[in-house]
Order: sequence, then C-alpha cells, then structure tokens
Amino acid sequence: MELQLKGITKQFPGVLANDDVTLTARSGKVLALIGENGAGKSTLMNVLSGLYHPDAGEIIIDGQVQKFDDPGDAIKAGIGMVHQHFMLVPVFSVWENVVLGIEPTRAGGVLSRKEARREVKEISERFGLAVDPDVLVEDIPVGIQQRVEIIKVLLRGAKILVFDEPTAVLTPQEVEEFFGIVAELKGRGATIIFITHKLKEALAIADDITVLRGGKVVGHADPATATPEDLAAMMVGRDIELVVEKSEAEPGAGVLELADVTMLDDYGRALLKDISFSVRAGEIVGVAGIQGNGQTELVEAITGLLPISRGRITFEGKDITRYSPRDRHTAGIAHVPEDRNHMGMIGSFSVAENLVLDSYYAQPFSRGIRLQGDVIRDSAEALVEQFDVRPPIISNTGGALSGGNAQKMIVAREFSRDVPLVVCAQPTRGIDVGSIEYIHEQIVKKRDEGKAILIVSTELDEIFALSDRILVMYDGRIVAELKASEATPTEVGLYMAGRAA
Amino acid sequence: MSLTSPDGKTTIEPDDSGWATFFRRLTTATDWKTGLVIPALAVLTALIIGAIIIMLTGSSLQETLQAYWALLEGSVGSLRAISATLTEATPLILTGLSVAIAFRAGLFNIGGEGQLLIGGMTAVLVGFSFTGLPWFIHLPMAVAAGFLGGAVWGFVPGFLKAKTGAHEVIVTIMMNYIAIYLTGYLLKTALFQREGRNDPISKNVEESAQLPKLLGWFDSAMRVHLGLIIALIAVVLVWWLLFRTTTGFEFRAVGANSHAARYAGMSVTKVYILVMVIAGGLAGLAGGGQVLGVLDRASPGFSAGLGFDGISVALLGRSNPFGVVAAALLFGGLTAGGQNMQATANVGIDLVSVIQALIIIFVAAPALIGAIYRVKTDASSTQISQGWSS
Ligand SMILES: Nc1ncnc2c1ncn2[C@@H]1O[C@H](COP(=O)(O)OP(=O)(O)OP(=O)(O)O)[C@@H](O)[C@H]1O
Ligand SMILES: [Mg+2]
Repeated sequence: MELQLKGITKQFPGVLANDDVTLTARSGKVLALIGENGAGKSTLMNVLSGLYHPDAGEIIIDGQVQKFDDPGDAIKAGIGMVHQHFMLVPVFSVWENVVLGIEPTRAGGVLSRKEARREVKEISERFGLAVDPDVLVEDIPVGIQQRVEIIKVLLRGAKILVFDEPTAVLTPQEVEEFFGIVAELKGRGATIIFITHKLKEALAIADDITVLRGGKVVGHADPATATPEDLAAMMVGRDIELVVEKSEAEPGAGVLELADVTMLDDYGRALLKDISFSVRAGEIVGVAGIQGNGQTELVEAITGLLPISRGRITFEGKDITRYSPRDRHTAGIAHVPEDRNHMGMIGSFSVAENLVLDSYYAQPFSRGIRLQGDVIRDSAEALVEQFDVRPPIISNTGGALSGGNAQKMIVAREFSRDVPLVVCAQPTRGIDVGSIEYIHEQIVKKRDEGKAILIVSTELDEIFALSDRILVMYDGRIVAELKASEATPTEVGLYMAGRAA
Repeated sequence: MSLTSPDGKTTIEPDDSGWATFFRRLTTATDWKTGLVIPALAVLTALIIGAIIIMLTGSSLQETLQAYWALLEGSVGSLRAISATLTEATPLILTGLSVAIAFRAGLFNIGGEGQLLIGGMTAVLVGFSFTGLPWFIHLPMAVAAGFLGGAVWGFVPGFLKAKTGAHEVIVTIMMNYIAIYLTGYLLKTALFQREGRNDPISKNVEESAQLPKLLGWFDSAMRVHLGLIIALIAVVLVWWLLFRTTTGFEFRAVGANSHAARYAGMSVTKVYILVMVIAGGLAGLAGGGQVLGVLDRASPGFSAGLGFDGISVALLGRSNPFGVVAAALLFGGLTAGGQNMQATANVGIDLVSVIQALIIIFVAAPALIGAIYRVKTDASSTQISQGWSS
C-alpha cells in the first residue's frame, strides 16, 4: 500500500512538533526517517497511528484520505506500529500476547486456543520469524519479544509497518536478524517506515531516506550514494565529527577499585564472577559486551543499587562495599543509568525537579529540609542551556521531552557534578549524532579534568571512540582487558561473543 | 519480593501494582482539565442522576426541585447552615489530607477510620484525665495526643510495608477492625467509662481541653470550632511539606517512580514509614477534633465513616491539599444540607450518600465523563509510545 502524508502539522504547547510534513512511503520499500532529537519523528508516527490528532494535514492510503479517531481506526486501515517499549504481558505466552484483544472465539465466547495458536504459528512461519507460540514472554530475549510485537501487528492485518528505533536495544546479532525480517516483509510488499539514529543502519536497509529537522522535512537522501557524514550534516545543519578528537590519556592515581567482586542472584546463580579491575583518574575505561552479560549488574554494584555477595569495592582508598547508594553519591560517584525511563528520571516531575533528582538533599539545592526553589530553577536554566536540552522549558514535565532530550537532561544532571568518578551506562542510547558529538566531548573533557570515567556500552563504535582502556564482559566475567590503541573491533567482537579465550 | 541494599538494609521491591498505577494517574493529572473540569462535571452528573432517583421514587419534578433547594439552603443558605457545613467539613479535610499525602507517596491508606478512632481515644483520654490545667496547656496536649495516637496506628502498616512488603491496603483494613473493637473494649474499662454508666461511653472532656466554638459568642447553635483552623493549618503545612521540602520531594518521587527514587539514593523504606506516620497522625487529628470539638466524649462508632469518606475526598480533590479542602467543603455541605433536606423536603439523607458515591464513580472513571460530555480525558493519552522516548 502506498502511504502519503500531506501537510501534517501538530502543535504542542510551546512546540511545533510537526510543521507541514509531507512524505511518501511506497509498497515493498523501506523508508528511513531520521532527524535530531525532538525533530518530531515519534510525533509524526503517533499521528499516523491515530494516537494524536493532527492540527492540519491528511493521511492518504492508496489514494484514499483517511480519518483516524483512535488507534483502532489506524489498525483497521492497515497501519501497524511496533513500539520500542514493548507492550507485552510477561506472564502470558507468546500466542496469548498476540491474540490479546482480538481473541478468536468459538460459539458462546469461549476462547479458541487451537485457532489462536494456529494463526500465530502460521504467521511466524510465513515470515520466517521462528517464534515458539507456547513459551512465556518473560523467558525470551528482547530480540524475540520484538518479533512477537511484529507478529501482533501482522495478525491484525498491517500492511504498513512502523518501527520506532527498533534497534536501540538489540544486540548486533539481533540487528542482523531484524534486517532479515525486514527484507522478508519488504519482499511481500509491506510498506515499512523505520526510525533510527544509527545512520549506517539507515544506509544499509533503506530505499529512501527522509530527514526531519525542527518538525519540518529538510531533505531526502538516496542511500546508494549518501554517506553518514552527508546525513549527519543534513540532520543537524552543520558538519559533524562522528568521532571526537582526543589526546593520549594521562592516568593518575586509582580512583575506583574492584577486587574479586561476585554477585549471586536469589537462586545462587552468579551474575558477576570474580571481577577485578581499577579505573584511574584521567582515564576512560570502556566496558564492551553484548547486552545481558552482567554490565547492568556491574554498574549497580558500583553505584550501590545491588549488593554484592563477595569481594571489595574501594573508592578513593575507602572501602565502600557496604555504602548505600546515597553514601556513594555523597562520596562522589555520578551515575548515568542505563534505563532512562524507569530509573534516570521521573516523567511526571518537571525538568527542573529532574535535574536535582539525586542532589536535591544537598547544598545549595536545599537548606535543612527546605528546597531552595530559586537555586534549583537557576541551575536548571543554566544546565538546559549548556547541554542544549530542547525545548528549554524547565517547568515542562520530563515525560514531554523527546527521548534524546531526556537523555541529555540526565547527562546534564550527572555531569554537572564535580566528582572524581562518573559511571555512564549507554550514555548515548537513542541520541542523535549531533548530541552524541556533544556528550562525547563532555566525557573527554571530564577525563582531561582528571576525573575517572567508566563507560558501559553495547555500541562498539562508542567504545572505540571514547575508551583509553577496554574491558570486555562475557557471561558475568571480564574476559579481556585491552589497550584501546592496540585493539581492533574484530578482536573485541570475538571476545564479546565468548569465542576467544 | 524484598531487596537488600549493600548497607544491609532491607528495602522492598517497588510497587507497580494496578493500584499504584491507578493512583499515580489520578494524582499526577495536574492540568486544569483533569483537575477541575472532570470533578465539576462529575458533581453535576451525580446531582442529575440523584434527581432522577428522587423522581423514580414517586416525587414530582417540583418536589425534586424543592428537595434540592432544601439541600442548598441547608448547606449555604444561612450563617447557621454555613457553620454546619464547616463543622462537617473539618474532619473530612483532615482524613482527606491523610489519604492524599499517602497517595502522593504511592500508598493507599484505607486505615483512616482506625487511625481516627485511636486518635480520638488518645485525645479524649488526655482531655478528661487532667483537671485544673489552663486551656493553653491542656488543649494543645489533647490535640497532640490525637495526632500521636493516629500516628502510631499509621506507623504499623507503614513499618510492615517497608520491612516485609505486606500490602498496606490489607494491613490498614485489619487495623481498622482492631481499632473498632479496641475502642469498644476500652470504653467499658474503668479508665474510660463514665461513672455510673453501663453502656460504653467515655468521661466528658474537661472544658480546658475542648476546642472553642468559633462563633459561639454570636449564636450558641453554631458548632464550627477551632478544629477548622487546625485543619486549615494542616492543609498549608502538608502542601508546604509536599512541594517545598526535601521530604516531600522524596514522598512524591517514591510515589511517582520508586525505581528512580531508589536510583536517586532515597530510602523507599523511610518514606513509607514516615508518610504513614504523618497520614495516621492527620486522621488522628480528625478524631481528636471530633471528640474535643463536637462530641466532648467518645462512644462506639464516633468515627462515623469519616475515615472512609476521606478516601472519596482525596480522590475528588486529586490528592492536592487545596483540592482536598474544596472536596471536603462539598461533602460537608452535602451532609449538612442533606439533614435539612430530610427534615423539610421528605427526601432521605441516604440520597446524599448516593450522590457522593456517584461523584466518586465518575471521578475515578474519567472516561465515563469524557464519553458523556465529549471532553478528552487523559485516559486516552496514556498509552503513547515514542520509541526510546516512551
Ligand atoms: N506529549 C507532549 N507534550 C508536549 N510536547 C511534546 C509531547 N510529545 C513530544 N513533544 C515535543 O515535540 C517535539 C517532538 O518530539 P518527538 O518525540 O516527536 O521527537 P523525536 O524526533 O521522536 O525525537 P527523539 O529522537 O529524541 O526520540 C519535542 O520538542 C518534544 O519535546
Ligand atoms: Mg522519538
């Protein structure tokens, strides 16, 4: 089906999120939608899927003007949205999740299991998705959960599929498989819209690329000829350095030291196994690894959110193994958490409140128990400006920020603290190239000020762009420690896959 | 499930139950549409349905209008009516605040009834036990005792929730039963029971511990008492605590997203305990106000459902301290006016309960109001996903 958006305009209080957007997506083709954080990509897709009502403009499918009152109408018209934040019930099986809301029933309203399972299986096989209908969703990895979402929209008859940053949380292997699925869907004539911040991905699988900036379409690119640099320049409106320049590190004294850190879960399985390493002042240590190999636990062990079972954590010579998260914060550890929506911010709090989420208790933000509203607001105004959080309205709620801008807000909060150690988990997930450049510059600047930096990232590009030293995690262990200047991505990749010993 | 943090303290798994989400949605709806329009339409709709019910029971339209007129007159039609409304509203402000502050921290305090009873009992105990004290010592002592009694009753569920994860709804309900029977028992002990009486009724509160009538000098039938001022001070204090202090920041953070609160180094345990102590104290204060300001003694059932009505008041007031005052005045007015309606227009006061219940149904299910009046409620926009920005 051919999809046309004509003159779509959507105004939020104070922000024109979509401004006269016109674009076409064709049957059997992949349209990549790229643009800065807050450019209006998600808003446009929420209009398309009937969640938002546009202030002006038309949605045209195969020449027919559509009117969507709610998401149900959009689904009926053949639009399927694969949300980044999966909407699955963990304790339900795959097929139960898929048929939820459209359960096939026998006479008398009895759920027809057989029918439902058969339909799920058939779709899974037809598109080569290889999903077992009977396993519980909580038992399958993210990549497969995404396929369940895909089956869900296909079963509802979607011919136009929208993926909003589908690869942000996938492992490289899963990304490959995802591309295979997209090719398959494409081959069957589906119309695909793909939102991403990873320019290489856009170039790899798209047939057309449309660039949004400030709510407007600012250009189209042909993936056959465009380069990542071209796209970055179109997105941001200036030339971007995709890799920050940095000098050789000059490491000083050890700041953070882990000795034989082991963490067991409730069932006695080891999540972290005998981890020992140190981070010194003035160096960036990058922890590489495929999602789910213990990185999350490592970060939470260091920041005090999870207790360790054995071993010792030393910070600036003090044993902090038994310190609470607050004590570690006070001692001087900053933390950019991996999961920004569930941990890093509170959606219903204002931007100003989010910017003091973990430092509200200290001078100058409070005196005794009295919050110092003026100080908090002034500091927020300055940070929002400095870190280019857009829109720079500190009384807006954090939840109204676009994904990348929310991340910038969190980075602003943690980086504005003058502390010896910064732990950053996935610091640039979901962030546009322009802001990645800025955040990377900030990280390097912190290092040059003599701070110790620990970066955890599943993006090899990011690890190589930043690290002075690389640690590779696999199955809860550090399996390799490499000097960044001597390591190669292939070598690190092998360690990440657990293949080199 | 419980989690242990590295300092060895047990914290409990953040609560993401349906309740938690439900109240989060109610309390975080701060825009004027959901904050004002929905409650106003809910009240209007409830009144219309109330009228239909009166007519269904065989009254004519004229009689129905007369009944509503009596309701209005009895609540705001005269200075006496206003005094009655304020008197009824006073305990509701406090129990409403009690529920509201707990909502803000993500807890559902169903225990207002029990906390109010215990607070009333401790207040009455101090109120009759001391003789010969000047009022400026005795009265504050009795009021403080009311707060403390309720606070102890709130502490128990807060503590159990924080240390064991026991759900506060269950525990507070149980605490209500304990309070009811404990009150009944205590009122028959020598300590409380009035001499020469066989029925469970307490000794009278000394004059020096009675909350003075604000308008008594003007008209002795006007019962509005100093408790109203105390309640209003509590409103301002709770507002200040919630929105101007680090403690309130923690309450709201834990209520909105306990994962983020833990990340930010807040002690979820401490918040649960502290907020339940304060919530219990506020309900206890309501009980103190009743025995020291209205009843001058305690008898079984003096709580009269005020603790439960606090839930309705907090819901209608969107867990905002000032919203609570507005909601309490409305409910107080309905009760005061209902008595007048019963006396003069031959429509039972039960109708008032029906109207109150309808209001709550409509407030709790904004989509209903949305459908009737075609206003958009925030329920329709909760499911928006924005990729990583979701
Ligand atoms: N519900 C909302 N209320 C107010 N403003 C909003 C809302 N949703 C989005 N916005 C604003 O609209 C603009 C576009 O946001 P949108 O989420 O569409 O950006 P995006 O292109 O998806 O960005 P990202 O790459 O960071 O996800 C932003 O300025 C954002 O702050
Ligand atoms: Mg987005």
